[in-house]
Amino acid sequence: MSTTRAAPAPSSRPAGPERGRSGGDDRRLSWRDRLYRFDMRYMPYLMIAPFFLLFIVFGLFPLLFNAVVSLRNYRLDDPTLPYWAGGENFSRLLGDEDFWNALYNTFGIFLLSSVPQLLLALVVASLLNRKLRAQTWWRVGVLLPYVTPIVASTMVFSVFFSRDFGMANWVLGLFGLGGPDDPIDWRADKLHSWIAIATMVNWKWIGYNALLYLAAMQSIPRDVYEAAAIDGAGPWKQLWRITVPMIQPVVLFTVILSTIGGLQLFTEPMLFDPNAQAATGGPNGEWQTIAQLIYKVGWKDLNLGYAAAMSWALFLIILIVAGVNYLVTNRLSGGQR
Amino acid sequence: MTVAPPRRRPRLVARAPQETAAGLWTYLFLALTMLFAAFPLYWMFVIATSDDEALAKLPPAIVPGDRFLTNVDEVFSLQDVYFAASLVNSVIVATVVTASVLFFCSLAGFAFAKLRFQGSNALMLFVVLTLTVPNQLGIVALYIVMGKLGWNGTLLAVIAPGLVTAFGVFYMRQFIVNTVPDELVESARMDGATTMRVYASIVLPAIRPALAVLGLLTFVATWNDFQWPLITLSGTDFPTSMVAVSDLASGNYVIYRRVLAGAFIATVPLLVMLFIGGRQIVRGIMEGAVKS
Repeated sequence: MSTTRAAPAPSSRPAGPERGRSGGDDRRLSWRDRLYRFDMRYMPYLMIAPFFLLFIVFGLFPLLFNAVVSLRNYRLDDPTLPYWAGGENFSRLLGDEDFWNALYNTFGIFLLSSVPQLLLALVVASLLNRKLRAQTWWRVGVLLPYVTPIVASTMVFSVFFSRDFGMANWVLGLFGLGGPDDPIDWRADKLHSWIAIATMVNWKWIGYNALLYLAAMQSIPRDVYEAAAIDGAGPWKQLWRITVPMIQPVVLFTVILSTIGGLQLFTEPMLFDPNAQAATGGPNGEWQTIAQLIYKVGWKDLNLGYAAAMSWALFLIILIVAGVNYLVTNRLSGGQR
Repeated sequence: MTVAPPRRRPRLVARAPQETAAGLWTYLFLALTMLFAAFPLYWMFVIATSDDEALAKLPPAIVPGDRFLTNVDEVFSLQDVYFAASLVNSVIVATVVTASVLFFCSLAGFAFAKLRFQGSNALMLFVVLTLTVPNQLGIVALYIVMGKLGWNGTLLAVIAPGLVTAFGVFYMRQFIVNTVPDELVESARMDGATTMRVYASIVLPAIRPALAVLGLLTFVATWNDFQWPLITLSGTDFPTSMVAVSDLASGNYVIYRRVLAGAFIATVPLLVMLFIGGRQIVRGIMEGAVKS
């Protein structure tokens, strides 16, 4: 097909109108030359430009501008305040009980969600790693929660965790816990609301993480398992002593991912609250997360300057926690050999 | 001369888990996992088809009712929720973003994978690094930027930031490196094909599977996005379906059969996609894991 378009042959078909414009033979050649040079030299930059342009405008610039806003008095309802606030937003942050409460909640929910999530994902992955009938069917099945909108699933779980007729209490009652006479009010205190929200997060991400682990498991060379069999290691031991250390890079990756996601948790705590629009995370902030507090401060209290300062604080926290988690997981999953 | 080698040896050789046939317990646990994964969705449908009483029953209702159309009708006729419009909006946003991501990411991926230009390695590293920046951090400033552009409250504010993604560029680059042979690109060049010509006639046909994967993942993520659409679109008559569903649940007295009917409708398109393209989505997630 494309061989007919042999490069400088004067007899080439006049298919490309912009190319074939009449003119002297040498002029045409140089025009083509220039086009060729442009194509070789600058076309690659043109092709990658959209990403960089967009990232600069909607990613990098907001991130930097956020720093400026955090040093300003930026209230949507009061433009008369002095332009600069200096470090005021940050010093206010240090003494803000709401902030520390939200930080505490965020970490609580994060711990309750990420640890069981990744452990269960490992178990599910090792189950999926067996020779299964209808293999694809199982793999697609565990992705049901992944494609379900968090907004939709949170609504369902909100009903599950209602006090009087909730499914959660009913199931617990079957096991003799709580029960209809003494139902658990899942929205009354920190621990219970954290558990409810963590359950939603776990439901959403176990299958996804399991597939990440499964992919890594399948690239483990077979002969590694030989030695284990000679040692007489059972499947459980195999999982912890061979499989986990071998897929360590992916484990680290999921730990970082769940840290970044977990510390920014927004939708679940927002919609778990029957009075979602207030963004308070319960009557006394029982489960208000930092992302939720940023939303409340910025768009309910209309104090964007302060919200920007909080965003920076959250960024720092994410960096620190991701770093610590990386180191800890690195030791735990690699050091067992 | 002994002919047969000792027969024990094969028994000592362990089989990798993926060669061990799954036993009863494996199937049982997996079935439980499936139940755990699917039940909330099923139950969403149960409530979406029931009357108010279904929610006040113990043991809880687990059989769908017959009021689905009534509930759906109520959802669509609520004045200040704009549910029908929100579905159209979500389709527009997700389709435009997906098409744009596929085009721009495959172009950039092709450039990084097969074209030689100065600084390409450093630039690619930059792309990968941007993957690690939590997107929520600049959200306050993004709102201000959109305000300056006059885009807040319009679909543009939701569409524009998602038009090209770092993940898409990265994913496409990996795929093109592995599937498009250098010689093919070279020989097309010798024949005088321009870069765009090579893209259109060699790269595009080769990366169709990757386009399917990236398209599905992008569509799902865009459709489900909530926080940013809530910030920029709530209170307008242009919500996305996620914002509209959350609006269904606001107010003093929440009628859950309506909320869940709305939630169910907004979930169905994704379930259909999983049903049709599940294989591709699974592959996309698993490939992403091994290469990153």
